[in-house]
This record gives sequence, C-alpha cells and structure tokens, in this order.
Amino acid sequence: MSSVDDIIISSTARSARELSIAERDEIDHELTLYPDRRAVGLEALKIVQKHQGWVSDESLQAVADYLGMSPHELDGVATFFNLLYRRPVGRKVMLFCNSVSCWIMGCDRIKDHISARLGIDYGETSADGEYTLLPVPCLGDCDHAPVMLMDGQQHRNLTPELIDALLSQPQGREANE
Amino acid sequence: MTSTPLTRNIDLQRGPLAIADYRRAGGYESVANMLRDLAPADVLELVKNSGLKGRGGAGFPTGLKWSFVPTGDDAPKTRYLVVNADEMEPGTFKDRLLLEGDPHLLLEGMLIAAYTIQASTAYIFLRGEYLTAEKRLRQAIAEAKQDGLLGRNILGSGFDLEIILHTSAGRYICGEETALLNALEGKRANPRAKPPFPQVSGLWGKPTIVNNVETLCNLRGIVEFGVDWYKGLGLGADAGTKLCGVSGRVKHPGCWELPLGTPIRELLEERAGGMSDGYQLRAFLPGGGSTDFLLPEHLDLTLDYDVIGKAGSRLATGTMIILDDRTCPVGMVGNLMRFFSHESCGWCTPCRDGLPWVDDIFRRLERGEGRAADIEVLTDHLEYLGPGRTFCALAPGAMAPLGSALRHFREDFEAHMAHHRSAEDAGGCPWQR
Repeated sequence: MSSVDDIIISSTARSARELSIAERDEIDHELTLYPDRRAVGLEALKIVQKHQGWVSDESLQAVADYLGMSPHELDGVATFFNLLYRRPVGRKVMLFCNSVSCWIMGCDRIKDHISARLGIDYGETSADGEYTLLPVPCLGDCDHAPVMLMDGQQHRNLTPELIDALLSQPQGREANE
Repeated sequence: MTSTPLTRNIDLQRGPLAIADYRRAGGYESVANMLRDLAPADVLELVKNSGLKGRGGAGFPTGLKWSFVPTGDDAPKTRYLVVNADEMEPGTFKDRLLLEGDPHLLLEGMLIAAYTIQASTAYIFLRGEYLTAEKRLRQAIAEAKQDGLLGRNILGSGFDLEIILHTSAGRYICGEETALLNALEGKRANPRAKPPFPQVSGLWGKPTIVNNVETLCNLRGIVEFGVDWYKGLGLGADAGTKLCGVSGRVKHPGCWELPLGTPIRELLEERAGGMSDGYQLRAFLPGGGSTDFLLPEHLDLTLDYDVIGKAGSRLATGTMIILDDRTCPVGMVGNLMRFFSHESCGWCTPCRDGLPWVDDIFRRLERGEGRAADIEVLTDHLEYLGPGRTFCALAPGAMAPLGSALRHFREDFEAHMAHHRSAEDAGGCPWQR
C-alpha cells in the first residue's frame, strides 16, 4: 500500500476489521478460479456483503488488505456496480425494475404504491429498517412486467394488491401501522 | 432433426433436463463426434459455412470472429472463451429462457467453441440478478464434470476444459465485450480501446472469444445436423432460428423460437396474440432499447438482419418492445434516456456528459417545461453521441430510439413544450392529464 493510502486511511480513522473464517474460506475458493488475485475483488465484496448485509469501510479495507490491493482501487469497483451496497440497507432490498417494458406496463404506479405504504423513495430504507427500495436496470423478465426482485424471489405482474400481500407477510412489518 | 434446435428441450413448467435425460435426448453427442472426427479447423469451417451470426445484438458472423484468434506455433498457448450472459438490454429476455430452460445446451455449445479456438478455460459472465440461472448452471456444470464432459482429457480426446461461473453485480456496460473483460479481471467495467481486439489480446492479454449465450446455443445443432440443415431453417437470407420476444400491451407477451425470415406480423399477431383490447399499435423497437423505432407499415418485413437494417433499424436482440397508442412516446424515450444516462460508465466525455443532458431535457419535457430550442439540442446530440464519437456503442445505441422518435413523433414533442400551457392547462405530459 502506498503512503498516500496510509494518510487518507488514517485521516478518516478507517481500519480493517477481521474477516470471518467463512468469508475467508469463500474468498479463498474464488482465488483458485482466477490467475490474478485482483480479479477476485468483486466476488470478495459480494461475499462480504452476503455475510454483513453491506460493504462498510472496514470491510472494504479488510478485503483490500487480503487481496493486496489499494482500498481506493477496490472502492472504484465497489462503487461501480449497482448491487454492491456501500451504505447499510434494510433487511430486504426491493430491486425494482423501472426500465422500458415495465414502465409501459405501469411500474410507476406500483412504485408510488410502495412509496406510500413504506414512506420511502428510491435509495431509502423504511423507518423500521425492514425494506430498502432501489431501481434496477431491466430485469430481463419483460413478458411479466412489471417485476421486482426481492430476497432472491422474482415477483412478476406486480399490482398494488400483490404489493399489499407481500408487505403483509409475517416477516414483513408494516411501516404505517 | 428438429426445427427448434434452441428450445427443443425447454419446458419451463418441468424445469431443465438433468444430464441423464439431456444425453438420452442426444445431448453431448455432437461433442463426442466432434472430438472423435473433427479437427478444430474443421469445426471452424463448419461454423463459418453455417452463416451463424452473433445473437447478442451486433450480428457479426461467428466463424469470422473465431478466425481472428491467432493459430500456429508462435501463437499464445493460453486462450479464453467467455460467455456473455450479462443480458441487460432494456426489453430483452431471451437468454434467460436458455439459461434457465436448458443449461446443458449452453455447456455443449461452449465445449464446441472452446475446442475450436483451443481454449482450456472458459468463463460464464452471468448477470448477478439471474439467480435461477445461476443455480441451474452450477448444477449443470457439476453434472457435466461428474460425467467426464468437463475437466481433463474429455472423453479420452486429450482436450481439457474448465468452465467457471462468474456472477456480476449489475451494470449494463458489462455487456460490451471489452468492458466485460475488464470486469472479469476485477476492474471497473470501462470499455477498452480497439484495436487490439479481444480475439488477439483479451482477457489478461490473451486471445479471447466473447460470445453471447444464444449464439453458443446454436452450435450443437450445427455440428449435429450440418450446414445444409442449419441454412434450411431460415426462410430468407439468414440461416437458423432466432429467439424472438414481444413485450408491452399485447395479449400474450412472451419469447419464441422462430425461423429467421419470419414476418414481424406473425410474431406480433400469431405468437403474441396481437394488441391488448383497447390498444392500437403505434410503433415498436424491433430488437431492444438500442434500436430505431419501426412503424405499423413495417409489420410485413421479415425478421432478417439485412431486411430490418434496410428499413433503418436493427434486428439486434430480436426482442420487440411495443409502443401503443395510449402511451406517451416522449415518456417512453425519456425512460430509455434515463436508463442509458444511469448506465453510462463515465469513461468518455460525450457519453458521460451528453446523456445526462439529454435526460434532463426529457425530465423538463415531462413537466411541460420544454423550450423551443430543446428539439434542436436533442437533434445535435444525435451527432455528438453518434457512431465514431464515443469509446463504445452505448451512447450511439441510445441515440437510435431518440433519433427515430424525433422523426416519427415530432408533434408529441411539440405538445410537451411550455408554450402549450394555458389558463386551463397547467402543462406537463399531455398523456398524463
């Protein structure tokens, strides 16, 4: 790591946290698949996010140290990709497609319904920390528009009623109750 | 023989075939026959002669692309095959069908392609949101390894192939092949200058072929049934079949495998069931968000690369997006401009600064705050962001729906101008009032 990195890191009091054994094992597996340690950056960040929910400065620093990369270079990767979260997110992230076919099929109306129910706009997390709403580029499910991806589940042909049903499921609490 | 080589095994209710069933249906026989009877140069000739064109959007002849990989004793020994499974073109949902419906067909195609270019490592670059595809591909790769169809000395031929699944984390630009290679190397996915082309210097500087999922899924049939059969599948000048989709206000949106050369009208009216009740066709994008609008008068054109090209658009991904008569064309194009602006990687100035400028104008138009000069500014961008002005095809792709919309829907743009406001009319999109 260059001295410039050290100065910036120390000036913002960032320090690496310890990677867990599980995180390290999974990163080590990825390292076997590529001829260059740096190539694993994105996977390593995804692994960390899977375990921690998001990529904190401390996680970023830890991964950079582990891969022998500059944290700034790695942050360049982390901030490039839509699905890496550099801020905490809710327990469930709604990846809401707002691309052209979903737009034609009325996704803005569905988004307004979600916003009204949870009191959040794109990029925000509900007050109870349960839901984060993010727009995503075309989810490639245009024959079922409008669609969103939440908790690994693709929800298709969305209607306000379907949103109500999803938000009323036991694990999902209602923000305005 | 089959007339639907891409989808013959696909039944989404049932799920994909496990390897035993896939092999019982003739799967991987093309690989066994190829490894026994054909030299890599023979397969290259076969694919060249088949007329197969890349199905990712550009339509470049696949055999010709492969032929640029250096051969001979002084050529680099390490080469890579990379599958572009980063399907993210707005309105495109065709590769998902193949990945979820028949993952072994892709692996079989990869074996054929990798053998031809003599690559012993192949990466599948899969978009991170395709979780079902990820699960099914992992399963298929494990099954193929178990059966000795991947790994070392495949079927005793001396040919080795490892397939590695890489899942991305969502950026449209990764579909651009040199940006994809940077992403695979762990870098920001900015496109690279060409030349050198990836066929010569690609992943980690080694010769690399990047092919789309659907392109590779065509290979099994070509090796299995031959060039004459493959050419005979097409109804017009183009060989083979194509996955074609329709989305928007139609009765039965979906994706089907059709012979190239099928009339567009047949896709829209017979497959997709025609327009939904109460909606009329106004225009359509024939092959995803980066193509020029075509009009109802073009419905009798055929799904051929050159035919659509002569009409001023592109077949591209083959997935049509329908603009109906009750949807604002300016709003639709504005949605596309917001997408392209958001997904610009920021590497080159025209795209990084031009697309947000265009996006801002559309946001103002939406509020009824259009200015007289806006149409001229938008028209200027067609040139500033056009082919040859940018590092890659993202911005020129964005200009395709914009330019054609300015030609076809001028009166709708005018209706969004501020001077249309009056005491009774607060402005804004006239379609929203």
